[in-house]
Amino acid sequence: MHLALVGTPNSGKTSLFNALTGSRQKVANYPGVTVERKQGGFVTPLGRQVSLLDLPGTYSLRGRSPDEEITRDVVLGRTSGEAVPDLVLCVADSTNLRLTIRLVLELKRTGRPLMLVLNMFDIATRRGVTVDVARLSEALGVPVVTSIAVRKGGTAELLRRTDEIAAQVPIPVQQNRWQPLTIAELRATQREADRIIAATIGLPAKPDTWTARIDAVVLHPVAGLAILALILFVMFQAVFAWAQPVMNLLSSGFTALGQLVHDTLPAGLLQSFLQNGVISGVGSVIVFLPQIIIIFLFILLLEDFGYMARAAFLMDRIMGGAGLHGRAFIPLLSSFACAIPGIMATRVIDNRRDRLTTILIAPLMTCSARIPVYTLIISAFIPARLIWGWVNLQGLVMFGLYAAGIASALGVSFVIKFFMLRDYAPAPFMLELPDYKMPRAGSVAIGVYTRAKMFLQRAGTTIFSMMVLIWFLASFPLPPVGATDPPIDYSFAAMIGKALVPLLAPIGFNWQIAVALIPGMAAREVAVAALGTVYAIEGGKEAADQIGQMLTTKWSLATALSLLAWYIFAPQCASTLAVIRRETGSWKWMAITFAYMLALAYAASLATYNIAYALGAG
Amino acid sequence: MTSQQRNDARPQLPLGSAARGYRGVIQRIAAADAGSALSAHELESRLIELGFVEGARVEVLHEGVIGRDPIAVRVENVTIAVRRREAMAVIVA
Repeated sequence: MHLALVGTPNSGKTSLFNALTGSRQKVANYPGVTVERKQGGFVTPLGRQVSLLDLPGTYSLRGRSPDEEITRDVVLGRTSGEAVPDLVLCVADSTNLRLTIRLVLELKRTGRPLMLVLNMFDIATRRGVTVDVARLSEALGVPVVTSIAVRKGGTAELLRRTDEIAAQVPIPVQQNRWQPLTIAELRATQREADRIIAATIGLPAKPDTWTARIDAVVLHPVAGLAILALILFVMFQAVFAWAQPVMNLLSSGFTALGQLVHDTLPAGLLQSFLQNGVISGVGSVIVFLPQIIIIFLFILLLEDFGYMARAAFLMDRIMGGAGLHGRAFIPLLSSFACAIPGIMATRVIDNRRDRLTTILIAPLMTCSARIPVYTLIISAFIPARLIWGWVNLQGLVMFGLYAAGIASALGVSFVIKFFMLRDYAPAPFMLELPDYKMPRAGSVAIGVYTRAKMFLQRAGTTIFSMMVLIWFLASFPLPPVGATDPPIDYSFAAMIGKALVPLLAPIGFNWQIAVALIPGMAAREVAVAALGTVYAIEGGKEAADQIGQMLTTKWSLATALSLLAWYIFAPQCASTLAVIRRETGSWKWMAITFAYMLALAYAASLATYNIAYALGAG
Repeated sequence: MTSQQRNDARPQLPLGSAARGYRGVIQRIAAADAGSALSAHELESRLIELGFVEGARVEVLHEGVIGRDPIAVRVENVTIAVRRREAMAVIVA
């Protein structure tokens, strides 16, 4: 039996979905679009297998965005490959029925079997909202049940009624009379909804003021921004600092595992493949999990609480000026730690053009993986001086690199807004600010678990294959017996690097840099160890100081500065590209990101190198 | 109907011009007058879908930090955040 959940965005649909399906959820994309498809399964008390689809939230079936078109099409049975729902569950927030009842009246026209679920009924009762369920059901002509998604047994009545309806075989279906509503019809349905509510629902004498009271602080011009800054700071700290120890633990765990393989297997291809290809590859995927879990924990908590809408409200003018959506700030902020959870977090942006824009610029935000590269070059080539009496030159350069990253992100966003994606209708800022609600641990836990599982299944496979490929390029062909140069000199990577030298000479890169950039595609910080490998310094990235020292003797300042400029923009992260491919559902946007970042990197390096050379640093 | 007659004495103004704390009743939607990037039809449809219909009571609860934009408006018992530009389409009294 196929069920679909429909409802306005803040109806508690997701909690209900989680309560019914538990962890038996599958998240994918609808074919060809970036809209998430959430499906789960459960069994009714009478033993019926039910497949439940959580459709994107919408206020009407008009289909104003790709998300809402999916909801409309699935309900009408227009989506090929998607079973027509046998029963549509319209979920409502019982304290806020006005817009949902209007939606129900619209849904009735489709002729699909319908059931209204009054969710969060406990909150409504506590606030003094009285609902005459029988009269409401009669007035609407649709069965009505109450539910409390967050309480055990709170969905019992829903399940019972589902069994009752399913027992009528076939379930009576009426003619589809739905057409996109005209303005007059929209008005009429809203009036009808208001009339029905007045007749069947009693509102409390004293309306709830908690939300208003909290908002008085949260949306206050000064206090509100301060609170937002604090929350963002805590989140940033959590991802940057608190995730670090766990990530280091995982990283050293995998290194130790690799070492075990190294010690137990005879030297050779298999050992290298397992240690440097497989284990290293898997490790490089798993190491992202702590950050992803923390980011999504914050996002889901803030969303369920109701704060996200307020944050979008506060940030709207600031982000809007740069052509970004108010909700883009959390994904972009997360990208300062790592673009991967940041890009995954763009799901909070409903509008497709805004989501895409944010995904495209997220990699430009100076991520933490760039820091080892920046540190290596800055500490080796920039003198540790004070300028203007108090400003540390090295720190200033680092700050400048960060600023360049942010500025370029805003610049690219501006370009995208005005020159690309012009055919998408701009989404006006019209957002419901839901009442504040306590987030429920169970629902949040399921949400985080589902996200982590999605990452491992979707991005993990792509990242892993890219790592193996890079390992292959850097290890084959094997050096001939008695070779004196570092083994990597004989590999495909070196061949590619040396072949690229004519292209890279104008920006000041020698062949060693070119070769190091190939394994450096795996992740930005790998460049440090890769440079070590190319210049035959043992110790990986722990030997950064040594590597730096050696580089000062081999590179000019102009080359070093050019490499810094390169790293601000260059798409040296296969994992980010893989995630972009998975989140946008196509190779096209991944290719576009790769291409534009490469172009910017080349241009920046070219300018930096030639200017520095002309100023005598060559 | 009665609420509209009662408010005939009060001056009509676009919701986008209302100050924080304003309370009134929606008289009509004039989407063509708003300088929004949306078509008049689309703007009016979206407003109605969020509950902005004639006779609904509104109250401007909050306004944004920069340029007093956007505004948070309670429409009956739903709170909607909207930019003043789009709110100019809602005539209240």
